Amino acid sequence: MDPQRKRKIRLVVALSVAVLLAVALIYTSFSAATEAKEPSELIGAAPGTTAEMTGKVVTGSIRHAGNGIAFRVRDRDGSGRALPVTYQGTVPDPFRGGREIVLTGSVENGTFVGEPETLITKCPSKFTTKSNG
Amino acid sequence: MASLGSVLLALAFLAAVSAAVIALLGRNGDERRVVLSRRVVYAFCALLTACVAIIEIAFAGNDFGFKIVQEHSSIETPPFYKMAAMWSSQEGSLLLWAWVLSIASSLALFATRKKLREIVPYATAVMMGVAAFFTGLMLFAPDVQPFATLSPAPADGIGLNPLLQHPSMMIHPPMLYSGYVAFTVPFAFAIGALVTRRLDAEWIRATRRFALIAWAFLGFGLLLGARWSYTELGWGGYWAWDPVENAALMPWLLGTAFLHSIMVQEKRGMLKVWNACLVVGTFSMALLGTFLVRSGVLQSIHAFGDNTVGPYILGLIGVVVIGSTLLIVSRLDDLRSPKRIDSLVSREAVFLVNNLLLVGLTAVIFWGTFFPLISELFTGNKASLAAPWFDRYTTPLAILLVLFTGIGPLLAWRKVSWESAKRVFRVPLAVALVATVALVVFSDAAHKPWALALFVFAAFALTGLAQEFWTGAAARRDLSGESMPQALVGLVARNRRRYGGYIVHAGVAVLLIGIAASSSFQTNRDVNLKPGESTVVDGRTITYVKPIVGVDSEKFTYASLLRVEEDGKLVGYLRPSQRFFKPTGVEVGTIESYFAGESTSEVGLEAGLKEDLWIAPRVDVSDVQRRAHAADSGFAACIKGGPGTPPQCKALQAMMLAAKANPALRSQALGQISKLQSIAAERVAKSYLGDNAAVTFKVIVNPLVTWMWIGGLIALAGALIAIWPTRGRRRGALVRTEADARKEAKYREIRDAELDHAVGKLSDEDFAVVDAELRREALEILDGENGAKVSVGANGDAPNGSENGANGNGAHPHEPEKIEQS
Repeated sequence: MDPQRKRKIRLVVALSVAVLLAVALIYTSFSAATEAKEPSELIGAAPGTTAEMTGKVVTGSIRHAGNGIAFRVRDRDGSGRALPVTYQGTVPDPFRGGREIVLTGSVENGTFVGEPETLITKCPSKFTTKSNG
Repeated sequence: MASLGSVLLALAFLAAVSAAVIALLGRNGDERRVVLSRRVVYAFCALLTACVAIIEIAFAGNDFGFKIVQEHSSIETPPFYKMAAMWSSQEGSLLLWAWVLSIASSLALFATRKKLREIVPYATAVMMGVAAFFTGLMLFAPDVQPFATLSPAPADGIGLNPLLQHPSMMIHPPMLYSGYVAFTVPFAFAIGALVTRRLDAEWIRATRRFALIAWAFLGFGLLLGARWSYTELGWGGYWAWDPVENAALMPWLLGTAFLHSIMVQEKRGMLKVWNACLVVGTFSMALLGTFLVRSGVLQSIHAFGDNTVGPYILGLIGVVVIGSTLLIVSRLDDLRSPKRIDSLVSREAVFLVNNLLLVGLTAVIFWGTFFPLISELFTGNKASLAAPWFDRYTTPLAILLVLFTGIGPLLAWRKVSWESAKRVFRVPLAVALVATVALVVFSDAAHKPWALALFVFAAFALTGLAQEFWTGAAARRDLSGESMPQALVGLVARNRRRYGGYIVHAGVAVLLIGIAASSSFQTNRDVNLKPGESTVVDGRTITYVKPIVGVDSEKFTYASLLRVEEDGKLVGYLRPSQRFFKPTGVEVGTIESYFAGESTSEVGLEAGLKEDLWIAPRVDVSDVQRRAHAADSGFAACIKGGPGTPPQCKALQAMMLAAKANPALRSQALGQISKLQSIAAERVAKSYLGDNAAVTFKVIVNPLVTWMWIGGLIALAGALIAIWPTRGRRRGALVRTEADARKEAKYREIRDAELDHAVGKLSDEDFAVVDAELRREALEILDGENGAKVSVGANGDAPNGSENGANGNGAHPHEPEKIEQS
């Protein structure tokens, strides 16, 4: 095979691999992603709605329940009604009232049930300005 | 002092701007202006150093008139953390960015002061442009002035967040920043090379070391962050595909690709467009990392707040990406290389594959990281991708990378004949085969095909690398008559770049073994135990012996004494704990306020080469909290002196009344109250001991995870070896002229080919061809110089390649010196 042709074939192969990867990325990311929602959007949501919920833990609402905890969250700006949440398993260190959390789970009987090991509490420390800290 | 700092900072900004302007004015060979601009860069560095010194002195001296000190330190903050608290603030971290950039720019300009005359003015302008941007932010953007003051100065500061009071957390940010910042240097020189169309390998040779330093810093920073997460955060992992983690990983991956592909440009003059794109990509990713940490656009555990700096940095990224792209497109004709890759079985071909894998990996991570924004654009919903999605793509790509990490070093440049390939691949392939069989028969690895593939490829890579060291040392021993260890040391010392790189490869292979084993074969359980109870996890009996409570003025510590036994024999005791801090900056509060601040975990870790036992407790303190609340109300009632309060309360109340009348007694009264309160607090805290309360322990058995840290350190050591200047040239290394550098690079290439021949990677025929070609190229370089040098270069030394074939390191390494002396 002459080198010109060989190079062309190589280029086509490389490009098709890249396109395949890109298509796979796009396809799987849209199907695997969980929607991000704020607590106010989940209140009254149909049972079984799964979401990645981002909200602020209501101060003083954390209670131990069995092997896990129950608490309530509000929207990040502190507005709206509070959504009850249950979570099984251990919580990260920075978790407490007033903190922003990200939790994946689903709505069951008006309560947001978090999946174990998905609770993320934001580090409150760095770079927070007074107004939103 | 603060106003002095502001003045110095303003002067620094002026210095950066004027250095850039003067450098551009000197672009047409006006030597005086170039020298002046370099000196102004040194002055810029000195000014920022003074700014950093003023801030540090303020921290050390508890000068709470500085806003930055008041917000991030306190009288009680330990001295070590005081010195490091600067970069836990937004403005302090910007100052650190600019300062490190000023140091890197000064070093780069010092190193190139006798060469690259056309490129340097533009490189200076780019570096100082970036420097002026960051210095300008601190002067003109709201809320990020490092020298902002508070008047009157408060008596004490808020203090540093306890979560951040961890040694690795203090080194981690400057490491990452140094990594991000040092990539500015290769970027700036690349832009200079593009503008001036000086697109040979000179700019790469001059900045390669900076790229390597940046890469090593960034990698070490990532490792420290992972370590901190593993030992401090109480969730047991070291990587979460969090946006900010990804933001630091992406420039590292692109930097890795860049470090490999520049070798192809250096040796073969190919991949110039690719390299230009990579260096722009790496620098943009570094800026993106700086941006993501402070923008709040993505949900991240490192949510450092929305603030004012983000949009500016985004603007800078836009300028960098668009400007560089236009520049590269306008120079495409100059970037085209006449040469082609000779063979798919050659080192450059493997480098190309490894580059594609690394860029593919970066693309996957980039897509996943920014998916929330992408999906918002298309579906109106901020959906995000979790770790499993990332794992699905990164695992196979990482496994392939390990394979090529092993293949690359075994192949010679240009081309490899079938015979020599067979010779060098024989042993590593055999070992990989044996490893496969052994793993399938003796372990559960067969159930985890990805992990199995990684182990096998890592075995292949490590054997190949060991063989490289062995054959290289043996060739040197045969020639010099040294002992094997001596020969090995000499080999590495003589070829630091090559063998340093191999050590990095070995480190990365070991690191990935640690990651694969600990992520695929981890046991992770939550167990609920009361004092005296036991549980069995993975063959180990863990007994919760008793709780231990510690109280001091700033925190309650709830530790659990655990006994670990295996086969009835004591392995050891662990004492993991959970600590509850008062909010920082609160002097006298209620007892309940102990539970209002941060809580941190001190993990119980029994680390071993085989596996780690990792235990973090989750203590249920709700009963203690309730008692604290009751005690606080009791205390309040006592001070008020309600009916039925005990006689001591009367005394306290009398003291309070006296203090109200006479302010001189106030501090005495407060002291009395806080003394009583701390006694009460201790009693409340220790009431837990009588509860016989159950604790939830998160128990993780992580096989081989220690090798992750060991591998990381091996890779760092390898990088340091590759960075270290070669002995004998160290003195002259910084003042080498361009011509010398080109000459030396060619000699190094000849030496590399000889070494490859000596260790059997190049067959005799291939070597003859390659060597003749290299020598012809070397003579061409010498022809370009004066006649005297050509005669020395051409007489005697050049034609003796084949007899000296086995001599990788004997005569030829001296060639450059010989010629330079002539």
